Amino acid sequence: MLQQLGQLPMGWLLIALIAVFGSAAFFMGRVRAESLLVATNVRMHSRPNYHGYYVAMWTTVPIILIAIAYGIFAEDLTRSQLTRELPSSFDQLSQAELRSYLESVRLAAGTAASAGADRVFQAITNRYLELRGMVNAATLGLLGLLAAAGIFWAQNRLKPDFRARALVESGMELVLFLCAGVAIATTAGIVLSLLYESLQFFQKVSAWDFLTGTRWNAQTEAEFGALPLFFGTFMIALIAMLVAAPIGLFSAIFLSEYASPRARAWIKPILEILAGIPTVVYGFFALLVVAPAIRSAAIWVNETVIQLGLASEPILAAQPTSALAAGLVMGIMVIPFVSSLSDDVINAVPQTLRDAAYALGATKSETVKQVVVPAALPGIIAALLLAVSRAIGETMIVVMAAGKSARISMDPTSDLTTITVQIVSLMTGETGFDDPKTLSAFALGLVLFIVTLAFNVVALRVVKKYREKYD
Amino acid sequence: MDTTQGGPVMVDDSLTLPQASDAGPRIDCRNIKVFYGEAQAIHDVSISFPDRAVTSLIGPSGCGKSTFLRCLNRMNDTIENCRVEGEILMDGENINDADIDPVLLRSRVGMVFQKPNPFPKSIYDNIAYGPRIHGLANGREDLDAIVEKSLRRAGLWDEVKDRLMAPGTSLSGGQQQRLCIARAIAVQPEVILMDEPCSALDPIATARIEELIDDLRSRYCIVIVTHSMQQAARVSQRTAFFHLGHIVELGETNQIFTNPREKRTEDYITGRYG
Amino acid sequence: MTDTARPSTPATAAAKHLKRRRAADGRFRYYGLSAILVALGALAILVLTIGSQALSAATYNVVRYDITLDPAVIAPDGATRPEDISRNVEGFYSLVRDNLLATFPEAQADRESRRELSDFATRLAVLPTARMVARNPELVGGAITLTAPLNDDLDLYLKGQGVRERKVKAGTVSVGQAGEDGLYALTGAGAFDPLLAALVVATDDLADDASAPGVLLTAGVSTGRLTNITSASARLELLTGQAQDFANARPVARIIVSPEAERTVSDHQIAWTLALKAMGRVDRVLRTTLLTNSDSTYPELAGGLSAIVGSLLTMLVTALVAMPIGILAAVYLEEFAPRNRITEFIEVNINNLAAVPSIVFGLLGAALYINFLGMPRSAPLVGGLVLALMTFPVVIIASRAALKAVPPSVRSGALAVGASQMQTVFHHVVPLAAPGMLTGAILGMARALGETAPLLLIGMVAFVGDVPKGPMDESTVMPVLIFSWSNNAERAWEPLTAALIVILLAFLLLMNGLVVFLRRKYERRW
Repeated sequence: MLQQLGQLPMGWLLIALIAVFGSAAFFMGRVRAESLLVATNVRMHSRPNYHGYYVAMWTTVPIILIAIAYGIFAEDLTRSQLTRELPSSFDQLSQAELRSYLESVRLAAGTAASAGADRVFQAITNRYLELRGMVNAATLGLLGLLAAAGIFWAQNRLKPDFRARALVESGMELVLFLCAGVAIATTAGIVLSLLYESLQFFQKVSAWDFLTGTRWNAQTEAEFGALPLFFGTFMIALIAMLVAAPIGLFSAIFLSEYASPRARAWIKPILEILAGIPTVVYGFFALLVVAPAIRSAAIWVNETVIQLGLASEPILAAQPTSALAAGLVMGIMVIPFVSSLSDDVINAVPQTLRDAAYALGATKSETVKQVVVPAALPGIIAALLLAVSRAIGETMIVVMAAGKSARISMDPTSDLTTITVQIVSLMTGETGFDDPKTLSAFALGLVLFIVTLAFNVVALRVVKKYREKYD
Repeated sequence: MDTTQGGPVMVDDSLTLPQASDAGPRIDCRNIKVFYGEAQAIHDVSISFPDRAVTSLIGPSGCGKSTFLRCLNRMNDTIENCRVEGEILMDGENINDADIDPVLLRSRVGMVFQKPNPFPKSIYDNIAYGPRIHGLANGREDLDAIVEKSLRRAGLWDEVKDRLMAPGTSLSGGQQQRLCIARAIAVQPEVILMDEPCSALDPIATARIEELIDDLRSRYCIVIVTHSMQQAARVSQRTAFFHLGHIVELGETNQIFTNPREKRTEDYITGRYG
Repeated sequence: MTDTARPSTPATAAAKHLKRRRAADGRFRYYGLSAILVALGALAILVLTIGSQALSAATYNVVRYDITLDPAVIAPDGATRPEDISRNVEGFYSLVRDNLLATFPEAQADRESRRELSDFATRLAVLPTARMVARNPELVGGAITLTAPLNDDLDLYLKGQGVRERKVKAGTVSVGQAGEDGLYALTGAGAFDPLLAALVVATDDLADDASAPGVLLTAGVSTGRLTNITSASARLELLTGQAQDFANARPVARIIVSPEAERTVSDHQIAWTLALKAMGRVDRVLRTTLLTNSDSTYPELAGGLSAIVGSLLTMLVTALVAMPIGILAAVYLEEFAPRNRITEFIEVNINNLAAVPSIVFGLLGAALYINFLGMPRSAPLVGGLVLALMTFPVVIIASRAALKAVPPSVRSGALAVGASQMQTVFHHVVPLAAPGMLTGAILGMARALGETAPLLLIGMVAFVGDVPKGPMDESTVMPVLIFSWSNNAERAWEPLTAALIVILLAFLLLMNGLVVFLRRKYERRW
């Protein structure tokens, strides 16, 4: 009996129960309100429907909370009880082994196809099902009780002058507020999870060594000096901005000041395609086309320099993946971030300022350079800051085209690694969350988050100030 | 009829041109037509502007007076699909000729706009901008002199001489507009166009600008577009009344306001429409 | 500037500088134009390289094998149940191998040749046929034509991508008897002149220390290796077929620049491939398996189906979470929120979240969903939830813009007839803003569809051979599969990856097209 209960498809059942109880409560409330209307024959404050919603609200909200709690805690509860009951031979298993064993128990219980497995496993599976059945039964019981109580309590509050609509609407407003609150919850989740794991990491490795150490060997020798990573990130972002800043800015100026409306209507969306292409596609492009091209160019430079007798050995590293390849492609990706926002702010510069310059006899380029761009400068700087933040946080291009060696080298054709590359390579192995290797990824993530956040906050503030100035 | 110096001849005989000042015409416009795309905004306007005098252009909103004013320094070039036909002669040259550089033209024909529009730079840089781009100053001292002279002439010097490096936008509206006038005369133009220069200002600031215009009259040919008939009466020697893209009447200010020849002018002046 | 002088001097002074200023003006415009051209050029190169690569992967070569379904091989020991037959890959494969050995008996000679020949089709390539036979057991004992994709390297060779080679037509030759070393003497006056000329050109391109290029001579189904080439004679080492085929045939010579040891295909394999092609057993067909197969370790069998389904499941979760939350949050912030510290803080949060690097969301997902809540790795549910956190700020920002665009007159109209604020918003404002909200949501989803980095961190990079059936199954998504494939070493993965990219871009284009359509249809000017 308990085992059958343990096999119930609780997810679907809970959703169905919420729907059933909700609609039942709605109709009961509605009918009650209508009968009140007939019996008292006075004008009611709210329409009967709202009385229905009111009762439904008081019925569904508690059982939705129960369902969420079930989703989060049921499995853990069952497992911890099961772990306590396990025979002592299981004590030697490590945390990870125990977890995977219990996972296989769960899977076996779900399919009920444990035939052929050994008896201990079968017994544990059965016990798991029993425990699960108890949890399920308790949940369903509690749910029914709460639903009934909700209906009863809410029904009794209905009166002709009962302000059901106002209460329902404030309930809805609360739901809306909670949805908006998800933004805070997400930020809090990011900050807390990064901080929590990073603090654990900093108990094993000092924060000072992490931030200033020059040797990074997280995969093997457990050296956690992240400076080469910061350097690589900086270098590649710099290359990207050297590409994106002039191209993006001049594109924006051309589009807003020189291009005919027709040309603008075509070019602007095409430029924005660059922002819509998934970064993994850029990574593939960098790997397939740009990195080999840079490598051959670097080899050619090496040979030429040696032939000319300017150096006796190769001056460029000419590696198959390079900071230059990743930086160039990232620069292309970032162009629309610079051009789009710059275009907006340049367009926001009032026409009267342009007129003033023209009326003094300034040429078009003088008007742009000496009046329009200076006036739009805060916005342009904000656009550049956002682009830098984008470049620092970009992952796939560098993972595919920048390489993995943590070194500090000014040679753009050597492969450098970045914060994001290391996070990916540290997190894609099968490692536990107590491993310093995994934890270091969170420390890197924290650094990344703080740096990009600083750029974003400054940029958004500048943009806001700028908007206020010309609105 | 204006026949001085063998100069321009008014095409429309009904518009007798009284001689308001002793100088000859600085600008002479013949058969000006302006189109925005297909729509015609100005129809066959012919008018001349004498030197060292203020001519005001009045008329109801949308009658084309601002559009016409912007023809005189080819500001309409900056507007997409705006087309100007006809001759505008300045020193015997048609400024609409293809070989006339609008940049050079605008250094000779200054303009002041409806809303004060100082650059987001310092007061000094606002004034110095024009002389700098045109290369009118030899060195810093020369530039300082130009800035001071322009500000003095605009009657702003005493108010700002201690804070020349403050941003131009920090001044009050009236001061900003005088700054814009100073900026225009710093390039040493021959003609100054003013497009409703006081419409964004309070009465006291307006009075100061009007005094200034009266001062400047002794040196420049000034054309002013205004909404206010009182202002036109106060500052100008000659007045042209625009209506629906035509010049209805042109004459001495006194005559226009006291004894208009045309019924439409009279209606407008007495406030029947506008 | 004196009062009496006509102020004509300034204008002349200005005129002096004019030429220089005009030149600067032209240069500046030219900079802007070149910036645009550089950006558009980069986009064009990207599209063209990926497009051309994808185009070459759009078709592939398949080989037909006429085999007899011998019950002793297909259903040994009476294992005739359908599931036994469909699992008997080895049996079907041995039929294919036997067919190849019968076609090319010279491969019997040694182990190495047998291995090279059996490379033509991988074992798993017979699986569709095995399944087909399992569904139709009456075929057992009869003859069928089995079609299997050609090995990826040979496929590339036939497409002219794997091996650098140059084709030259030789003159008519006559064939002598085989010598003691097994080589045949070919003679014909001037028959090899064009070949010799081409060889000189081909050797010129090579570095000095490179070995001499090999030459293969093909006539019909026969191919041999040429040595000792002179103008009128050469010696032929027969690789497959009959020496007699070369007589009076004007055979085709192939100069193969890269040495055999550096190639993925041997001379023998090239000879056999050419022979199969000459027999008409090789067809170049559309690679529909890209959409119907799941991932495989063999490029010729790999397809994106599991990743496409994985992407759809992930997007479903993302949409179900991010769209309602995002839209409701936008309604709250735009219509209800009092201007206070809390709502201001929420707004700052939303703007910043939209700019947080995506990989940070991956870390959040790993820590929160997998480590803390104990959800399974590699599941679309977790992937969808991570992407939902990333997407909902975008949805909020777009939805707020849509709500802002609804004029206040609509609100005051509804309030004036006595609607409550909630009724005003949900009966009037939200329906008017719905198209705008929807387009914003779709754009956010398009961004999520192309996202890779956060999904790597929650284990969606694992090899998934089966199509996921639900949001809790192990699965991968298209961008992650692109990443995995581009990491594979074999050359054949490159065009295949490009083809998968084109499929992903097609989905994105579809979503953007939908946005354009919605905007056109519902665009409203107030």
